[in-house]
Amino acid sequence: MPPLKAATDPGWVSTLMIELIANNVLLLFLAIVAVAVVRVRQLLVSVMLFGIYSLLSAAIFVVMLAADVAFTEAAVGAGIATVLMLAALARLPGEKEEARARGQFWPLVLVVATGALLIYGTIDMPGFGKADNVAHRGVAMQYVERAPKETGIPNMVTSILASYRGLDTLGEVLVIFTAGLGVLLVLGGVHTKIASPLRPDAVGIRDGERRG
Amino acid sequence: MTDYLILRVTAKFLIPIILLMGLYVQFHGELGPGGGFQAGVIFSAGLILYALVFGLDRLSDAVPIVALKVLSSVGVLLFAGTGMISVIVGGEFLDYNLLAEDPVAGQHLGIFLVELGVGITVASTMLLIFTLFAAQNDHV
Amino acid sequence: MTMSDVVLEHYNYWVVIVLMMIGMYTVISRGHLLKKVIGLNIFQTSVFIMYISIGYVEGGTVPIVEGGAASDVVYANPLPHVLILTAIVVGVSTTALALALIIRIREAYGTLEEYDIQKLDQDAESE
Repeated sequence: MPPLKAATDPGWVSTLMIELIANNVLLLFLAIVAVAVVRVRQLLVSVMLFGIYSLLSAAIFVVMLAADVAFTEAAVGAGIATVLMLAALARLPGEKEEARARGQFWPLVLVVATGALLIYGTIDMPGFGKADNVAHRGVAMQYVERAPKETGIPNMVTSILASYRGLDTLGEVLVIFTAGLGVLLVLGGVHTKIASPLRPDAVGIRDGERRG
Repeated sequence: MTDYLILRVTAKFLIPIILLMGLYVQFHGELGPGGGFQAGVIFSAGLILYALVFGLDRLSDAVPIVALKVLSSVGVLLFAGTGMISVIVGGEFLDYNLLAEDPVAGQHLGIFLVELGVGITVASTMLLIFTLFAAQNDHV
Repeated sequence: MTMSDVVLEHYNYWVVIVLMMIGMYTVISRGHLLKKVIGLNIFQTSVFIMYISIGYVEGGTVPIVEGGAASDVVYANPLPHVLILTAIVVGVSTTALALALIIRIREAYGTLEEYDIQKLDQDAESE
């Protein structure tokens, strides 16, 4: 049996090729899972599939050289977002999506038309992974060249996030803080007695900490 | 879920590692991948796992809601405060160059403080949101 | 440029658009509020992938300087990473707020179907 060509000739399947294949296959999976998330009527299954969807997108971020983003997406999407949705489902006992035939046709027409227009718009976009992409010129180039020297921090994502775009990040942190405040106002404070749905025999969080 | 022995043993083994990982990502984020946002979500994910396995009341004993409320504002204040310090020493808002003698050292210090603020706010807000979701009133 | 080149170079964008449209379709056609939130999340993730796709550079590496300053290394564009990194965490907090509102709506109306909620509102108005 002759040895496989890939084993003898390292140029046959280059790293680039593998990256491209992994990227494309993962994106295909992502589209399939997204369709499944939408089609399934049981909300619990839908939420669990959405967790898988998030983990797959985290894998895609790794392939696309965004380690920091992948980190966050894996912890947030597959971890916290799924747990929050499950906790919300636990507070909606017996909730089920009703199967209704009403109004499925026109949304489909609208979505297909919009999608076709958007795809037409991408034809002029610079190709995926091309180094001469306009997005890589200008300020991004300056960041790559100067950020490690000016801040002495090897991770460019951190230095841009905290230093160059510090004001932007402050705004984002304020949005997170405000969202927490909003959840506190919507859910907290109104109910006097609470117990955990995750542990039905629990006595509940200290009542003294909640007004009511 | 307290009856599941395997879950309890595995969680007890995993949770310290997850929390340690969160701290590593927070304080090592300048050199490798990581930073305040990632560390915050990883840290809170570890504590959420604790609540899922051992019950929310035990988590609330360890980290009371009041502490979460305070910490989520402390993080924002630390971030904005770092910006204000650079205004006080005569620079612009969030200009870290003046925080130390050497601009590079100043940047280092500023980024460290800001990322710490981000991490504290993200971790405590995520945990606060989870606690509010999981805490359920009786009459529903 | 051959047809297959065009497809390979734009495959990412097209999948992103497909995902975006799946999300939009969910928001428009499904009446259940939780399903709408999931649809919005799919839409959001597709935008994340769009940004990260633009930041990708063929043959590049993760934007972290290793060792000394090596000038011949090509880095992925770090700017989209920064934007999306914060957007993910902001996205989960806003999703949490939406879920909190969903819980309150269910407590108040007893249903999460948009059509039923609108009907209940109309009945309340006409009384």
